[in-house]
Amino acid sequence: MARLLSLHDVHVRFNTAAGVVRAVSGVSLDLAVGETVGLVGESGCGKSTLGKAIMKLVPIAGGEIIVDGVDIAPLNRTELINMRRKVQMIFQDPYGSLNPRSTVGRSIAQPLVIAGWKPDATAERVETLLRWVGLPADAKQRYPHEFSGGQRQRIGIARALALSPKLIICDEPVSALDVSVRAQVINLLEDLKTQFGVSYLFISHDLSVVEHIADRVAVMYLGTIVEAGGRDQIWRSPQHPYTKALLAAAPIANPRAARARQRTVLQGELPSALDPPTGCPFHSRCPIAQDRCKMDKPALRPVGGGALAACHFV
Amino acid sequence: MALPLEVRGLSTTLFTRRGEMKAVDGLSLSVGAGETVALVGESGCGKSLSALSIMRLLPDPPARLVGGEVKLNGRDIVTLTEEAMLDIRGQEIGMIFQDPMSSLNPVATVEKQIVEVLRTHTDLGRAAARERARELLELVGMPDAGRRLDAYPHQLSGGMCQRVMIAMAIACSPSVLIADEPTTALDVTVQAQVLALLKKLQTDAGMAMIFITHDLGVVAETADRVVVMYAGRKVEEASVDDLFDAPLHPYTAGLIGATPTPGAARAARLADIPGMVPPLNALPAGCAFAPRCPRVMERCRRERPELSRPTPGRLVACFAAEKDFAPKDGA
Repeated sequence: MARLLSLHDVHVRFNTAAGVVRAVSGVSLDLAVGETVGLVGESGCGKSTLGKAIMKLVPIAGGEIIVDGVDIAPLNRTELINMRRKVQMIFQDPYGSLNPRSTVGRSIAQPLVIAGWKPDATAERVETLLRWVGLPADAKQRYPHEFSGGQRQRIGIARALALSPKLIICDEPVSALDVSVRAQVINLLEDLKTQFGVSYLFISHDLSVVEHIADRVAVMYLGTIVEAGGRDQIWRSPQHPYTKALLAAAPIANPRAARARQRTVLQGELPSALDPPTGCPFHSRCPIAQDRCKMDKPALRPVGGGALAACHFV
Repeated sequence: MALPLEVRGLSTTLFTRRGEMKAVDGLSLSVGAGETVALVGESGCGKSLSALSIMRLLPDPPARLVGGEVKLNGRDIVTLTEEAMLDIRGQEIGMIFQDPMSSLNPVATVEKQIVEVLRTHTDLGRAAARERARELLELVGMPDAGRRLDAYPHQLSGGMCQRVMIAMAIACSPSVLIADEPTTALDVTVQAQVLALLKKLQTDAGMAMIFITHDLGVVAETADRVVVMYAGRKVEEASVDDLFDAPLHPYTAGLIGATPTPGAARAARLADIPGMVPPLNALPAGCAFAPRCPRVMERCRRERPELSRPTPGRLVACFAAEKDFAPKDGA
């Protein structure tokens, strides 16, 4: 399969008053055409920053980000606008990402206007987009505050779809939604994928949602990928101790299964990215850490079944 | 002996410029010692307002308790004065909230906040209260408890703030604890830590707990019994096993179907519930769930189903579910 997105050793750093935050340190990841890759991890692991880096919304400190064959690092403003036709993003808080003083129609039309579409064609396209995401045609004259959270997320999706992107980066798109509405939006994303062949990088802390939607999964911890592989592979036989701990911590919506499972609750919390541990980033919480883990940072390497893990002991 | 908490026909109405809204409409529930009852439903179904009504923490206006009783260890607290309630809150009934950062006082140290609870409700002197505060922090698994006493909330992580909230809530060993989405804002590994902590504290002290959540995974992990709410009313109640094995109300079935189950074979689609929770000032006539219900019948749009007991140990407010259990003609 053709590669739509290739990340090689990507680094993102932020200079803050308290020091340098290494939000993403050395991430490599591929995404094929038509694939959904889930990016999971807890708050502060760098998953959203990585998503923004692919849009070039944060400064890239090192590495290569190749979108559809083009390295985005050296692109100028005009070239970047062209690149962003191929990659769009939807966000967790659809209200915060829509202009409250702009009608829904204008918000959805914005990318088309920037791309130089004529008014007639734009109006027609907006109506088509609203239909695709299941909103009534009169929605275009209304304002974001008139819509519920789920409807606003549909508006965000319509805007992301406007220029027929090849890749949509979904940053926690359903985390703020209620259960029944969350299912509606997940189903919509899957329908759009089938219909238009769009690929997703699906960023989420919710493992059950990622298991449902992703073909492949990458697990992040403190700015690095600690394990990556096919969805079934990861869920059936997780290799990295952090992946195991994450899966064990996720609640199961089945009381008998929940009671039956033996689980060890991971102790401690995510260390600060300002002062990450030396060696393996996970060693301070790892149940199987040895002295070596405090010094040597393990590299991602094949662990069978097409999966990769960064641990000295798997 | 009286149950720790018995609520009968609790009704809270919001009096607003846009009219009266029945936010909680005739809610009954009871919680035994050592039992966890989960209160489940989507935003706006009245879960949190029910909890705040029980605690008598709702601002009047606009909210007013218009009916029902809340018996705490056998005593009705609905008619008590605010002064009497101040004694009871924190002493007999404690509450923890979703957002621990904004529930703690940002300009007071952890010690000061826990000591305040202890000094209000007990005879402990300053030094003894400080010592007890440290013990409580250790009990809730605060790393480096002694040093955290002098910390301010902004110096702690979300998980640690929630531990402080829990320490404050259990400081006086209340017989009832209400936890309102206590882990929703936390990461999954920290959520597991907090759930395990609550379970342990509850088992050790035999507390009755109401656990409010929208997350069915968390329900399955923590609850003994489940009360499902929709548009301010209880629509189903069952033991956690019965509820997940065979939900009777179509709304419960919809919630379970809409939740992806880890480890299950990937279904092509999640079962979604069309539409959304209706606003309280525009409830449909008849059953509030009828416009979204896959099993809706003519009768549901005219008449509101009351709770019935179709089979022992279960309650459901649904005509379709009643019909399933009705004796067949000629049988």
